[in-house]
Amino acid sequence: MKTLTHLDRLEAEAIHIIREVVAEAEKPVMLYSVGKDSAVMLHLARKAFYPSPPPFPLLHVDTTWKFKAMYELRDKMARDSGMELLVYQNPEAAEKGINPFDHGALHTDMWKTEGLKQALDKYGFDAAFGGARRDEEKSRAKERIFSFRTSSHGWDPKNQRPELWNLYNARKARGESIRVFPISNWTELDIWQYIHLNDIPIVPLYFADKRPTVERDGMLLMVDDDRFPLQPGEVPVERSIRFRTLGCYPLTGAVESEAKTLPEVIQETLLTTTSERQGRAIDKDAGGAGMEVKKQQGYF
Amino acid sequence: MADIDTKEAVYVTDKLIAEDIDAYLVQHEHKTMLRFITCGSVDDGKSTLIGRLLYDSKMIFEDQLDALTADSKKVGTQGQEIDFALLVDGLAAEREQGITIDVAYRFFNTEKRKFIVADCPGHEQYTRNMVTGASTADLAVILIDARKGVLVQTRRHSYLCHLIGIKNIVLAVNKMDLVDYDQAVFDGIVKDYAEFARSIGIDSFTAMPISGFKGDNITTPSANTPWYKGPTLVEHLETVEVLSSVDADKPFRLPVQWVNRPNLDFRGFSGLIATGSVKPGDKIRVLPSGKTSAITRVVTYDGDLDEAVAGQSVTVCFEDEIDCSRGSVISVADNPPQTADQFESTIVWLADEALIPGRAYWLKLGTQQVSATVAEPKYTVNVNTMEHMAAKTLDLNAIGVAELTTDKQVVFEPYAENRTLGGFILIDKMTNATVAAGMLNFSLRRSQNVHWQAVDIDRKQHAGLKNQKPAVLWFTGLSGSGKSTIANMVEKKLHRMNRHTFLLDGDNVRHGLNKDLGFTEADRIENIRRVGEVSKLMTDAGLIVITAFISPFQADREMVRAMLPEGEFIEVFIDTPLKVAEARDVKGLYKKARSGELKNFTGIDSPYEAPRNPEVRIDTTVISPEEAAELIVNTLLGDA
Repeated sequence: MKTLTHLDRLEAEAIHIIREVVAEAEKPVMLYSVGKDSAVMLHLARKAFYPSPPPFPLLHVDTTWKFKAMYELRDKMARDSGMELLVYQNPEAAEKGINPFDHGALHTDMWKTEGLKQALDKYGFDAAFGGARRDEEKSRAKERIFSFRTSSHGWDPKNQRPELWNLYNARKARGESIRVFPISNWTELDIWQYIHLNDIPIVPLYFADKRPTVERDGMLLMVDDDRFPLQPGEVPVERSIRFRTLGCYPLTGAVESEAKTLPEVIQETLLTTTSERQGRAIDKDAGGAGMEVKKQQGYF
Repeated sequence: MADIDTKEAVYVTDKLIAEDIDAYLVQHEHKTMLRFITCGSVDDGKSTLIGRLLYDSKMIFEDQLDALTADSKKVGTQGQEIDFALLVDGLAAEREQGITIDVAYRFFNTEKRKFIVADCPGHEQYTRNMVTGASTADLAVILIDARKGVLVQTRRHSYLCHLIGIKNIVLAVNKMDLVDYDQAVFDGIVKDYAEFARSIGIDSFTAMPISGFKGDNITTPSANTPWYKGPTLVEHLETVEVLSSVDADKPFRLPVQWVNRPNLDFRGFSGLIATGSVKPGDKIRVLPSGKTSAITRVVTYDGDLDEAVAGQSVTVCFEDEIDCSRGSVISVADNPPQTADQFESTIVWLADEALIPGRAYWLKLGTQQVSATVAEPKYTVNVNTMEHMAAKTLDLNAIGVAELTTDKQVVFEPYAENRTLGGFILIDKMTNATVAAGMLNFSLRRSQNVHWQAVDIDRKQHAGLKNQKPAVLWFTGLSGSGKSTIANMVEKKLHRMNRHTFLLDGDNVRHGLNKDLGFTEADRIENIRRVGEVSKLMTDAGLIVITAFISPFQADREMVRAMLPEGEFIEVFIDTPLKVAEARDVKGLYKKARSGELKNFTGIDSPYEAPRNPEVRIDTTVISPEEAAELIVNTLLGDA
């Protein structure tokens, strides 16, 4: 008889969770950020409902500052999966010209946190799948798989529903919603290995290549387009880099690397001694509790 | 809270990663997964042990260590040393309190397995967290401080793990370095524990002497304990049998989550296989209908399977077009699970608001959801002494045994045989909070408890003689909405038409049958329950019963609906807006309620839950009582 591997079990668990939401929620949506975790989520959704297409749309809360390569893959994946792709950009942020160079934390707040809330309200989604994992960051380790949000999208860490066995309580009052994290129990290595075994398309930026970069505050930033304001004396330098995590290009630090294939990327990941989120500025806001505060405000 | 000795801990990176990544990936691809929980208080060195396991398997990164070092200086309890509890503890709120208040999940790998650790707090008030963490675990590590031996909390943790059905228990006698690795100390503790374990029904456990701080017997056998011949902790964790392979040997059960119907040519049933295995050609039975068919295909995105086993998410197709939907259970044909609607259950209460016996809650079991009521507990268990105590209710963290009744047949197996078909949660119908977790122990066939007296003249014959179809016209609405007025007119009309009726009025019932009841929440539920039972007896006698009670709670009205045969409960919603009812104020009650003289008055300081789908809705601002009565009678008789 077949012995299930850890990836078999993680996959089966995620599919079970995705199906539960579709069975119980009125209007679910899958948040799609084009990163590697989103790639795995989309693949799992396709598996969960095969031969039907996943019975919900993809939602990209766009900041207009993602890498070009991300927009390309996003549109291709939506076409291939036969799913509807909704792109939402916070009109207020667009109008005020909010950008990561001039506005710092306000950029994330307006484009992502506010943008997400607005998009969920606009379409009336009552359940949103997200690709967060418990191994990413300290406050995530205690996050539920079904994370309950008030009608104003608030998250109260002291008032989350206990989750026993694989029984999820998806009931809620009108206006309330749940964020669902089907890959909570996956680690970064699991994600990479699953992508490898299933041959899932990911953004080429995850692989090393020569790219124009500048070094700022100890971070290597890629000059992805001409909106990047160079400081006096700053000249982009070609370096062989790749990204361990992808967000807005001016906020995402690259690592110098020669890893051009997936096994090489995995090898480098395992041998390196810094954690994945280090490339992101977000965890360092508001002292040690950065992500927790963000979540209480409605960030994913 | 001991800190880990960082000089002793070494990053042991698998050499294969650097030398042959492809070979490493193949190895990793074939790993199995074990989920376990660690139980113990902070003093037992639990955080240190987990920190050690993460550290040794390289799950702590340099930047996390840097952050930890900084945090340790700021809020740590170890002076200038690294405080590993800070790594393992997460949320800001609990960091201030210095205790772990919730279940946290951690991950690490060895060459053979991936591990998910549920880190559970040891404090008494957090029974709910331990039960949560234990519910998905294959194994429990119970930590004991070698200097202190078996404590009250050791008993509590062991009892809870046993209650949740964890078969693999590891007794980790920690801090052996602080008792000079003395075998006599270890043996003494093991003997004490064995005695206790037997008394609560734990048949076997694996004991090992360790030091999370020094690393003894964690990954490598310790030279300090030459007298110990057993496996190291990690060795044991790598080889113990996981739950999913045990489940694969049981009879096939697949709770249906979702019907997959992309077009007319495909009809599949999707779900996670709870137990057993399935292959094309297998004869199956669908519960609760009992219809049989055979499996034609086991469908997945990666192609059809020859066989699928417990723990896999699949979609199956049948040979015949038989009824099957969410909540159904697909089973091997010749050995199906039972169905029942009355059970003995063990319940762990998880909410601040206590259980209200008799109140209807949603019960979720597998993919089934039904309405359920819990009787007054037979007893509760003191988790420290294992004593049984009498109780009227269940408070937060209480564990009790109680009878449970559902409004529909539930497909189930005793929890000890099948966690998926025996474990359930209860959900409050008002707040939607998960208020309890429970386990079905066995079904209670009514005849085992209360013997029904067989009668020769049954309800059909009673009704036949009266030449009518019995029913309950259940009026609900605010005080002063016009319930009694319209109900009275309805009865007069029916009486003129030679129908045998009886009107149960709220105020009148409280003068007699229910004069012992007040207006607390529990009493209001009991009031409605009694009226429901009386109505049911009257319908058995063949009568058309008309009731006029505010009956403000949906759950209670649903409880009465569930008592009666399908179609005999007709909910009549007298929909009068609060301001209209209050303006009428026939009995002067609103005035009293507004002045605070009258407490718990519906509409003022107590909620009214309007029916979602009443059979009849009367808007008294639009039609007259006479027209309303006409409409209700027509609905009743048109339906008959």
